[in-house]
Amino acid sequence: MIVAGVDVGSTATKAILLDGNRRILGRGLAPTGANVVRAAERVFREALRGTGFEEWDVAYTVGTGYGRFKVPFGDAQVTEIGCHARGACFLFPGTRTILDMGGQDTKAIRVGPEGEVLEFCMNDKCAAGTGRFLEAAAGVLGLPLADLGEVAARSRSPLRITNVCTVFVESEIVSHLARGSAPEDILAGVHLAIAGRSIALLRRVGIVPEVTFTGGVSRNAAMVRALGEKLGLRLNVGEDSPFIGAAGAALFALDRAAAGLPRREKSAPAGTEKS
Amino acid sequence: MSGPFRFQNAGRTLQKELLSQWYGELSSANEEGVPVAYLFISGNVAELLRAFDFRLGYPEVNSLQCGIKKAAGPFILKAEDAGYSSDVCGYVKNDLGLLASGGKAPFGNLPRPDLLLCTYSGCTTYVKWFEALAEATGAPLVFLDVPYHRDPDAFASDRAYVVSQLEELIGVCEKITGKKFDETKLRGILDRSRRAEEAWTRILESARRRPSPFDAFFEAVFFMAPLYVLRGTEACVRFYETALAEIEERIAHGIGPLPEERFRVVVEGPPPWPHFRAFGELFRRWGVCAVASTYSKVGGLFDQGVRHDPDRPLESIAEHAIHCYTNWNLGLRRDLLERYVRDYSADALVIHSVKSCRSFSVGQADAREAFSHEKGIPTLFLESDLADPRYFSEAQMRNRIDAFFEALTHRRLAGAGAGGKP
Repeated sequence: MIVAGVDVGSTATKAILLDGNRRILGRGLAPTGANVVRAAERVFREALRGTGFEEWDVAYTVGTGYGRFKVPFGDAQVTEIGCHARGACFLFPGTRTILDMGGQDTKAIRVGPEGEVLEFCMNDKCAAGTGRFLEAAAGVLGLPLADLGEVAARSRSPLRITNVCTVFVESEIVSHLARGSAPEDILAGVHLAIAGRSIALLRRVGIVPEVTFTGGVSRNAAMVRALGEKLGLRLNVGEDSPFIGAAGAALFALDRAAAGLPRREKSAPAGTEKS
Repeated sequence: MSGPFRFQNAGRTLQKELLSQWYGELSSANEEGVPVAYLFISGNVAELLRAFDFRLGYPEVNSLQCGIKKAAGPFILKAEDAGYSSDVCGYVKNDLGLLASGGKAPFGNLPRPDLLLCTYSGCTTYVKWFEALAEATGAPLVFLDVPYHRDPDAFASDRAYVVSQLEELIGVCEKITGKKFDETKLRGILDRSRRAEEAWTRILESARRRPSPFDAFFEAVFFMAPLYVLRGTEACVRFYETALAEIEERIAHGIGPLPEERFRVVVEGPPPWPHFRAFGELFRRWGVCAVASTYSKVGGLFDQGVRHDPDRPLESIAEHAIHCYTNWNLGLRRDLLERYVRDYSADALVIHSVKSCRSFSVGQADAREAFSHEKGIPTLFLESDLADPRYFSEAQMRNRIDAFFEALTHRRLAGAGAGGKP
């Protein structure tokens, strides 16, 4: 039996394919863009590619992320908070606290040993302290997003970025550039500013090791280091970190398929079945 | 509906009828030459003004009605055009924007007031609101200084302080209306208030049952309206007798406001009026029933024993003014929330923190900490606004609510597996 998890985030859409033994068979990743449905279908097909399976072989699919209700082939929906908790404990079984930094959302989640959500906190209607903050900085500095971590790592004296607004940080960066500051010092400052905001969020749920870092920004080495230094501990992070939400969704799909739950339960929210 | 449900929707139907009648009478007050007083909801002294035959208007209710009728946006922008900052309370901006637009509201025309009685001094923004109204209308402005309820030992002197102000207010009312104060008339009004408060308390306490016959937040906000705008009238008593009959009928049939009650919550904070229906739907789909709420106590903590009393006219009016929810200090509020969670067998606490109202939102982040970390009560913290439609994001709201009840569901299923109750 194979199942899928599709995580439609504000910036990127991810898919994971699992077999009945919880082995990851395939992955898919694409920008979400304006067409959520197309992005979901694209990553789903990408995850299937090379596995020898076809779409109809997938026994159950769970959608997660902001676009979870837009996954046309999804059988059930679970919030990304539940999925990140489940996925993080699957990849890093010692996980007790999760920091998920995505395109527009940063979440702190505290979990129990089975990956059950004990408490969570999210940034509110503001994208400062999320991947969008880094995107804004990359835009002003004319750097590709993927290079940010590497450039910031070269800094010897990080600047202090005071702005807490994704929009106004651009003008702050421009003023630093005008004063002749080095891009790497500005960027290092941006990373530290985001790390500081995220740690404040983590403190609200309580920081219990091990801490697992998930979401797209977890691929940024400078952010991993900034967080680790500020927290004084090593974060769990790996190749599959951006896929953790999708992996959690796939694990929920596996539970539901194994329990023989009906597919396409569009009327009731996920998790509301009676035991 | 016929059949066994004689009182189905009787409360809501009568409430709508009474409110539109009240607005009608208010709209025509100036033409009829009847004096009009404006006052706040929290701990107001409506009975005393009614004894002088004032018709009563409530600027907060104007804003609430604009919000729920999705008409708040343009009025708020009008006030911002005049220079009010985006950080100023949405209720204030809505009402002042409405006044600046000629006072033509979707529910009626605002009459010119003959008296502005600022009855809630716990919020400085509210004090400024009435000063702005006085400047715009030229009506005389009177402040009632109601001390914050903080220390049971200080209560007797606080009450005496409020009573002394009520005695002064009587003189002001006599001067404006040209009528002599009639204590017998006031006692009759207080008796009607007391009867409505008794029935309302029984409705609130019915939510201790399982399933709860009544939603103490999503329904209570409608059921509480007559008590706030018509207290002291015969129509108000009739409303609560009807509403209580509706609730007793539900109890007799073992039904509640939801097809199935899956979660019981206590709700702290006001609703997001411009998105009230969408907000409620996010909870209903999880089978969530509010069994107690603090917003339904902003006009008086009747379930905590507060009663108007014909035998102690001014004293009981003063007690009611002091004992409204946002006039209690943070420690007392937190104890009350804890009692609600326990006495109403709630599964969780939901805090809706609104940007506009500091009287509510102060201390909520600490309450969240205390309940979720120290007392082990699952607590959901949501943020938007009570009046400004721009501060509500349905996708973000839904994400938090879904994740919270997902986690509660999983916890319940895990508890069932370990031999606990599902």
